[in-house]
Amino acid sequence: MAAVEDIVTEAPAVEAVPKRAMTLGTGTSLVMLGLLLVVPLFVKNFIIFQMTMLLIYGVAVLALNILTGGSGQFSLGQSAFYAVGAYTSAILMEQFNVNYALTLPIAGVICFGFGFLFGQPALRLSGVYLALATFALATAMPQLLKLGYFEKWTGGVQGLVVTKPDAPFGLPISQDMWIYYFTLVITIAIYIFSVNLLRSRSGRAFMAIRDNEIAAAAMGVDVALYKTLAFGVSAGITGIAGGLGAITVQFVAPDSYTITLAISLFLGMVVGGVGWLPGSIVGSAFIIFVPNIAEGISKGLSGAVFGVLLFLVIFLVPHGARQVAIVGQQLIGRFRKN
Amino acid sequence: MGAIYACMALAVVMIYQAIDHLNFAQGEMAMFSTFVSWQLMQWGVPYWGAFVVTLVFSFFGGIAIERLLFKPLAKAPILTNVAGFIALFAIINSVAGLIWDFTIKQYPTPFGSSPFLGSQLISTHQAGMIGVTVLLLVGLYFFFQFTRIGLAMRAAASVPESARLVGINTSWMIALGWGMAAAIGSIAGMLIAPVVFLEPNMMGGVLIYGFAAAVLGGLTSPLGAVIGGFLVGIFENLAGTYIPGVGNELKLPIALALIITVLVVKPAGLFGRPIVKRV
Amino acid sequence: MTAMLNVKDLRAYYGQVQALHGLNFALNEGSLTTLLGANGAGKTTTLRAICNMVRSTGAIEFEGATLSGRSTENIVRLGIAHVPQGRGTFTTMTVEENLQLGAITRKDKAGVVADIERMYDHFPVLKQRYAQQAGTLSGGEQQMLAVARALMLRPRLMLLDEPSFGLAPLIVRDLFKILGKINREEKVTILVVEQNAQLALELADQAYVIETGRIVMSGKANEIANNEDVRKSYLGY
Repeated sequence: MAAVEDIVTEAPAVEAVPKRAMTLGTGTSLVMLGLLLVVPLFVKNFIIFQMTMLLIYGVAVLALNILTGGSGQFSLGQSAFYAVGAYTSAILMEQFNVNYALTLPIAGVICFGFGFLFGQPALRLSGVYLALATFALATAMPQLLKLGYFEKWTGGVQGLVVTKPDAPFGLPISQDMWIYYFTLVITIAIYIFSVNLLRSRSGRAFMAIRDNEIAAAAMGVDVALYKTLAFGVSAGITGIAGGLGAITVQFVAPDSYTITLAISLFLGMVVGGVGWLPGSIVGSAFIIFVPNIAEGISKGLSGAVFGVLLFLVIFLVPHGARQVAIVGQQLIGRFRKN
Repeated sequence: MGAIYACMALAVVMIYQAIDHLNFAQGEMAMFSTFVSWQLMQWGVPYWGAFVVTLVFSFFGGIAIERLLFKPLAKAPILTNVAGFIALFAIINSVAGLIWDFTIKQYPTPFGSSPFLGSQLISTHQAGMIGVTVLLLVGLYFFFQFTRIGLAMRAAASVPESARLVGINTSWMIALGWGMAAAIGSIAGMLIAPVVFLEPNMMGGVLIYGFAAAVLGGLTSPLGAVIGGFLVGIFENLAGTYIPGVGNELKLPIALALIITVLVVKPAGLFGRPIVKRV
Repeated sequence: MTAMLNVKDLRAYYGQVQALHGLNFALNEGSLTTLLGANGAGKTTTLRAICNMVRSTGAIEFEGATLSGRSTENIVRLGIAHVPQGRGTFTTMTVEENLQLGAITRKDKAGVVADIERMYDHFPVLKQRYAQQAGTLSGGEQQMLAVARALMLRPRLMLLDEPSFGLAPLIVRDLFKILGKINREEKVTILVVEQNAQLALELADQAYVIETGRIVMSGKANEIANNEDVRKSYLGY
């Protein structure tokens, strides 16, 4: 039936992605993992830093993917959750001397709660209305962080400098490389968690809501609970990404977490393929590297170049990297037959 | 300020009715049109001449953008289209910056800026803006409600497949919607420019308020958009003036928060028709 | 009688899946033909292929004009009205606007107004609800609205995709009576796809039976109705 729908009807808000199509095969996963493990050993520190950011944004895009691709809700407010995560980590590390690794679960839990609460009013809104509400959250967040009341902890407009952690147990690797592997482990853990989440009962509930809210409710899915839960999980994961980001960049400031970040994450999701979790990393690569490439091509027109590149991508693969993966899979299948 | 938002909100509602999406690049299209009219005036074209030429330019420009960039995406998922809007935003903003640079420019008003009828509250320009907005509103209402092409445009936006089955060329209806929205946006831009000054980023804030106003008033209702625009203007200024600790910085979030509160109570907006959904 | 619609070697595809495997049939002008078949046999696909709403190959001729390569809206403008499965109601618009949309390609304003009144005569319930948002109508009312909307085109050929779907039996009888009347009095050629084979065969003069994308039987409706196999498979007695 899926093929029929493709032709017959207009594309729904979020296309139905079958469960199995949300992940990669074992072979491909292992190759990816191998690359991620080995490459940093041979490259410069700055590139390791970029690879770390790639993973972090990948996690943040993944979080949005769970919300949008999984439960069909749309958010332009991910930058706010990211900011809360980053600030939680930074404040705990700098003001309360908490170990950096411990700050991450705390950031995750706080953001989960925050997202869950925000999900309550968002329940009544959908589509563009939800987009506007989350957008409001994203624009408000930097302003809130600058407020005088909180300056004692947040450092106000100046932001906070975060100390870089050393590799533990006297491991003979640089700080950057340690952070990279640390991030990689967390990324993999979150990825596995997300895949399993979407395969679980809750994941099925998310997808049922995405595909048809009324029908899902009629089948006994607690729509309100699962919608807020999706918000909470997505915010929690984004918060962890934010915390990792703070540790990696060693600096948090209100203006790093504007609506631009939320829009970038959204673009990352579209480029990677909505609802396709492995695509998150591709999307993340797009939002990290393409602006630099655009800048490299033309300084004055970097915005235009970026726009044109984005158009090229969505013209060629309107369904994002997922489409490439599907075509690739078919080619391999044909190749094997021959 | 309310009139500005009302004008922008109207343009937003227009395109929403025509293509069923919110076009994030609309403000930038309006900005570009305004620059075109400014350029024409620099070359010595009188105000109303430039106004008309810009209107025509925007109309066909809107159609061209749809035909070139968004028609190929017609079958793509909605979120991909949104990404397209963002790309368009980046392109127009950057190109305008390159042609006209980022310094702010004075923009003339056709209505003058003396106090209106001796009132201290509004100037003749603001009164003129309100007048034009109301005129546009009435015109659009009649267009959508009582003309065949207006009906066809609404049909094409709401159920494209059925629209084709009654013989409507939906693809061109969408293009037409883009053209009209671009033209209305250009009017909004030319009215707003004397107040906020002309520069490539002039529409940023205005568009957000315009969206907010449109959503507040109900995306299905042009009248709601206009009233929403005025309400947002009032919200914004009251919040800025009377809530302590709210500087200019927090005006936007507070206005948005208020709007969201309204939406939570009335999800289809103040004047929007709730859309009945069936399985 | 000349063939109004001529379909030759029609094949249709959904992505990789082939749904029709070379259909051949013809509709005579003024006839009322029914296309019978089980679920998934390709009935809906056939109708959609005529209006170029699925990818298909083969030759379709309507009154001498070839339809392949034309867009759906241009095919409709030739006078082919299609009542789609699921009714295709413009849910956000009023009942009356839905009817006006059916006549959107017509230029004779007075005729359109008169036709709307005529539809209200055929379907009085629509008159009661003329200013209501069409999405709030019941399934049966929406089906009537869909038929009425199609008639507003003043079609030469009308394609109906399971008009009885979701309607109470009494209403189905009424609807079919109206279809028969339209066919006789207004000389509209009708092709109706139905699951309700008994009713459809009573109404129609010609019938085709389709199985897994192929036509397996054709003939006069009363002959088909008396055919042993058809009776067993589709009429259940």
